Amino acid sequence: MAETTLDGTAPEQSRPAGLRGVAADWASDQRAFKSASWGKAMMWIFLLSDTFIFGCFLLAYMTARMSTTVPWPNASEVFALHIGGVEVPLILIAIMTFVLISSSGSMAIAVNFAYRRNRRATVALLLVTALLGATFVGMQAFEWTKLISEGVRPWGNPWGAAQFGSSFFMITGFHGTHVTFGVIFLLIVARKVWRGDYDDGARGFFTSRRGDYEHVEIMGLYWHFVDLVWVFIFAFFYLW
Amino acid sequence: MVDATPHAEQGIPPAETPELELYHPRGWWTTYVFSQDAKVIAIQYSGTALAIGLVALVLSWLMRLQLGFPGTFDFITPEAYYQFMTMHGMIMVIYLLTALFLGGFGNYLIPLMVGARDMVFPYVNMLSYWIYLLAVLVLVASFFAPGGPTGAGWTLYPPQVILSGTPGGQGAGIVLMLVSLILFIIGFTMGGLNYVVTVIQGRTRGMTLMRMPLTVWGIFTATVMALLAFPALFVACVMMLFDRLLGTSFFMPALVEMGELMSYGGGSPILFQHLFWFFGHPEVYIVALPAFGIVSDLISTHARKNIFGYRMMVWAIVIIGALSFVVWAHHMYVSGMHPWFGFFFATTTLIIAIPTAIKVYNWVLTLWRGDIHLTLPMLFALAFIVTFVNGGLTGLFLGNVVVDVPLSDTMFVVAHFHMVMGVAPVLVVFGAIYHWYPKITGRMLNEAMGQFHFWVTFVGAYAIFFPMHYVGLVGVPRRYPELGDVAFATDSVHSLNAFITIAALTVGFAQMVFLFNLVWSLRNGREAGGNPWRATSLEWQTPTTPPPHGNWGAERPVVYRWAYDYSVPGAPEDFIAQNDPGSRHRGAV
Ligand code: HEM
Ligand SMILES: [Cu+2]
Repeated sequence: MAETTLDGTAPEQSRPAGLRGVAADWASDQRAFKSASWGKAMMWIFLLSDTFIFGCFLLAYMTARMSTTVPWPNASEVFALHIGGVEVPLILIAIMTFVLISSSGSMAIAVNFAYRRNRRATVALLLVTALLGATFVGMQAFEWTKLISEGVRPWGNPWGAAQFGSSFFMITGFHGTHVTFGVIFLLIVARKVWRGDYDDGARGFFTSRRGDYEHVEIMGLYWHFVDLVWVFIFAFFYLW
Repeated sequence: MVDATPHAEQGIPPAETPELELYHPRGWWTTYVFSQDAKVIAIQYSGTALAIGLVALVLSWLMRLQLGFPGTFDFITPEAYYQFMTMHGMIMVIYLLTALFLGGFGNYLIPLMVGARDMVFPYVNMLSYWIYLLAVLVLVASFFAPGGPTGAGWTLYPPQVILSGTPGGQGAGIVLMLVSLILFIIGFTMGGLNYVVTVIQGRTRGMTLMRMPLTVWGIFTATVMALLAFPALFVACVMMLFDRLLGTSFFMPALVEMGELMSYGGGSPILFQHLFWFFGHPEVYIVALPAFGIVSDLISTHARKNIFGYRMMVWAIVIIGALSFVVWAHHMYVSGMHPWFGFFFATTTLIIAIPTAIKVYNWVLTLWRGDIHLTLPMLFALAFIVTFVNGGLTGLFLGNVVVDVPLSDTMFVVAHFHMVMGVAPVLVVFGAIYHWYPKITGRMLNEAMGQFHFWVTFVGAYAIFFPMHYVGLVGVPRRYPELGDVAFATDSVHSLNAFITIAALTVGFAQMVFLFNLVWSLRNGREAGGNPWRATSLEWQTPTTPPPHGNWGAERPVVYRWAYDYSVPGAPEDFIAQNDPGSRHRGAV
């Protein structure tokens, strides 16, 4: 999506390709990333920093899990649902993961429609994305409730190492907070698209800056990141 | 003429980005208080940092009074000593130096030096300051909390950090400390993203990365490091907060306190140490790299000579930044880690000495046969080089496992890190303030007071910390409020302790003169003019002094050369500003 920026920031066409192009960009004046606007660059760097936060959380969890002397609760039993008389392992989390990944799909299409200035479709898809995100958080709340009713607490649980509950609540909670903020911002962006703020360059309430349709893409970057992080949490928490 | 950028003669490319739409304040509040102008934010950051730094300074006097004259001051109980020590360390490292270098100098200098009108997202930048202020207020609140602030040492090591025997451990002290750190990190991230994006995406025409003054390189690299290192501290703080408030056992092993088994179990204190030092070591360079950058510019400007080996200097900054992420466990040699790890971390630690030494050589070679003006900024820069080399050499000792193990937790370590990350960066802070104060206020700082400040601070800092190496070698441990009658402590240790205290109080007094000078010169200083040091970089070429809102007049400057064109042979003056088109437009030189 190199040429999608709207604020006249498209790169010079005569730029050399490949590695040479990268070197030329970094050796040039004004900007090192020729096709990235400020907002996009800022989001990427923020996500890099956030990656380190999630990385530290996950590494801490792995350390706790590997160094504990008491047994670690068995994920496929703990995260099973009792449906129609049978224990179905990991069913809830499978649905949750499916929902979140799907929301990445609707987000991607929303970005595409935004660049085509199709306001109606963009708004619809942003709302679908927000709805899927909210569903995810809702199911997570359900899962938390279930575990809590079974006696899982941050400081202990009936099946083994206390760190199970502590890291579970901490990491899924931190991720869930990310999703929740994402949903809120999806709604804000959807409202702006709906009102046509990005067409007539209305100023932001706080920042008093004019926005443009690129905001949808920046929103998308964040959303895909939150999904990607979930894949890792899913793998390390539920599949290990 | 040497120019670090190839093709300097080719035409300057046209502007790629539209002008930044500035927020124009409409009243007093949005001009001076909730300002979105990076220059105002910089001053707010610096003022807050200096104010809280003053608290840390007073705490150091109290500690020194206790160490020099044990038993004389009843109110300095051992608990109080630990609290003073913890708050002193934490404030100095994070709330003073990090905030001042990045939030203060970063905000002021980055947009000006790269020819931008402001930071890329001024609103977020403003939030950054207010969250920082909130963090400082929460920190200050812990002084008034029941039980007082935490006394766990600035490293906040578990398990003792939240035990009832540690001041603030079971009270509000540690909670407020952790909350304050979390706020600081959030606030910093908002600012840090701005600094980074402004440097990579917001430069003016002609300003390539390899034409940026080293100050910008230092602050930029330090900010990138901070964005990657603070996450580890953030995570450690969150987990510790849970251990303290929710009863989780991330860091807490099973233990018995006052004869009672606590409800914790299975946590790993070592995990905390890893997280803390994964942040803590880069933090040393987060403070040092801006100092490196600034001092390079001070030396070059005040020796009227181009910096020696500009490219080398840039790469050294970047390499130091990268390497400092793989040395953290040299703070943990005594934690019982595997000898192979010790070997690995000792090796990486010593490798950092190479780029660091390159920088020192280049500073010295810049001075070599330069036209050295012993102005105040230059004096501080010279003092920095000496002090930094001094602290760096003891760092080489401590980087080796066999030497560190016996010296660990002695006053030798305290002397080492004060030299390298305490005194050295603070000297640069002073040098930088003497250097840029005229740009910020339009007036020079008073020279006589400045000379007094410099000599007392420089000589005094040595009087404080040089004997401390000896005290540590004798075996005096760190973090002990008093020594008592121990056989290993010779008479000289006791008299040196008293001597150090007197020196510390004297140095402290000189700082009061400095603060007075800052206020006094605001009105009474000599008029500075736009470019009193005859310097080349863009901040000195602004249309007015102090620079106007938006920094430049109608047009942003266009950059034709690097920042170090001093004493160019044949040039009409002994400096050529970065935005001076030079011979091509003026006719042959
Ligand atoms: C006049 C200047 C200063 C004096 C007299 C001073 C004095 C002291 C003293 C007496 C201690 C406690 C030593 C112990 O009992 O273990 C200490 C600790 C410390 N200082 Fe300073 N200091 C000064 C400036 C600084 C600066 C500028 C920094 C910034 C990096 C700094 C950072 C620290 C740190 C990190 C600790 C360790 C705290 C701990 O052990 O938890 N100090 N200082
Ligand atoms: Cu270190």
